[in-house]
Amino acid sequence: MLSRLHTKKGLQLFLGFLMGILFGFLLHKGGVTKYDVIIGQLLLVDFTVVKIMLSAVIVGMVGIYVFKALGLAQLHPKPGSVGMTVIGSLFFGIGFATLGYCPGTVAGAVGSGAMDALAGGVVGILIGAAIFAVLYPRLNKVILNKGYFGEVTIPQLLKVNEWVVIIPAVIVIAVVLFWIEKTGL
Amino acid sequence: MGFLGLERWSPYVVGAGIGVLSWFAFLLSDKAIGCSTAFARTSGMLERLFRRAKVMEKPYYQKFVPEVDWEWMLVVGVIVGAFVSAQLSGTFHLQWLPDKWVSAFGATPITRFIVALVGGIFMGFGSRWAGGCTSGHGISGTLQLTLSSWIAAICFFIAGIGAAMLIFQVFAV
Repeated sequence: MLSRLHTKKGLQLFLGFLMGILFGFLLHKGGVTKYDVIIGQLLLVDFTVVKIMLSAVIVGMVGIYVFKALGLAQLHPKPGSVGMTVIGSLFFGIGFATLGYCPGTVAGAVGSGAMDALAGGVVGILIGAAIFAVLYPRLNKVILNKGYFGEVTIPQLLKVNEWVVIIPAVIVIAVVLFWIEKTGL
Repeated sequence: MGFLGLERWSPYVVGAGIGVLSWFAFLLSDKAIGCSTAFARTSGMLERLFRRAKVMEKPYYQKFVPEVDWEWMLVVGVIVGAFVSAQLSGTFHLQWLPDKWVSAFGATPITRFIVALVGGIFMGFGSRWAGGCTSGHGISGTLQLTLSSWIAAICFFIAGIGAAMLIFQVFAV
């Protein structure tokens, strides 16, 4: 692992900025910084968002697990629970449909001149995050830890070798993408 | 400039590009690409302007310290990157109302502003509740085969599709 590089704080901030530029560039070229494209996905008439996400997952997944096997990278799985992941994601989905951008694409939309993304979206997300920070102690006590399953990956859950999941996952995703193209969506 | 100046690229090229970018995030920075934490940190920074050190009494800001970090710089970079792409393709312009919005709900900017604000609040709240967004859970988490991220991504779309269908069914003029 490039652990020496990871500890250089200033350089890391620069790398974050640089990767952000590439990420924003790609999101814009993909069209997903547009309200019309994201809402088109949620109304199931334009599958651009799903095509981008699933092809990123195939390429990213195979690469990351190869780098992990070579000792060059380590995973950062997020923890989860029923109370945290399911309920929070349902709130997120409602926001996704109402705003028509997500936290990454809203930033890209701002960069491409969408004023609704700046004045409504960014401001709203900041308020929403602040409300969560206020309620966090109470939510943490009552609901966030309900049905806790932790920072587990699917291969760990199934107690199998990683590639037993990766290879079928690549095949299933490829079939889904092929089917989407064939249907003409 | 030809390729860089195109308005749209194939979604598969873009997706593969984001996949490769995620390799570099893991290799060079030991990070997974994500965006929503940066918004939480920014909220904390804004609150600090008014309440000074008292902000740190909130347990959430002890967990996610209001400071500029790698991910915060990533989100700033996203704004710049999208701007550069829009400039190169000659599509940059200030726009208050998305086309699809206008055709469904009319051309009143204040309505769109209020709905976007409400949507943003749900999104900011929900992404912090779930611990990630479409980038952190939806792409970076699923590509690591994280259980919580696959559940989150599926729930994002179930609620998103349901809510979008409902909104466009009930309120479209």
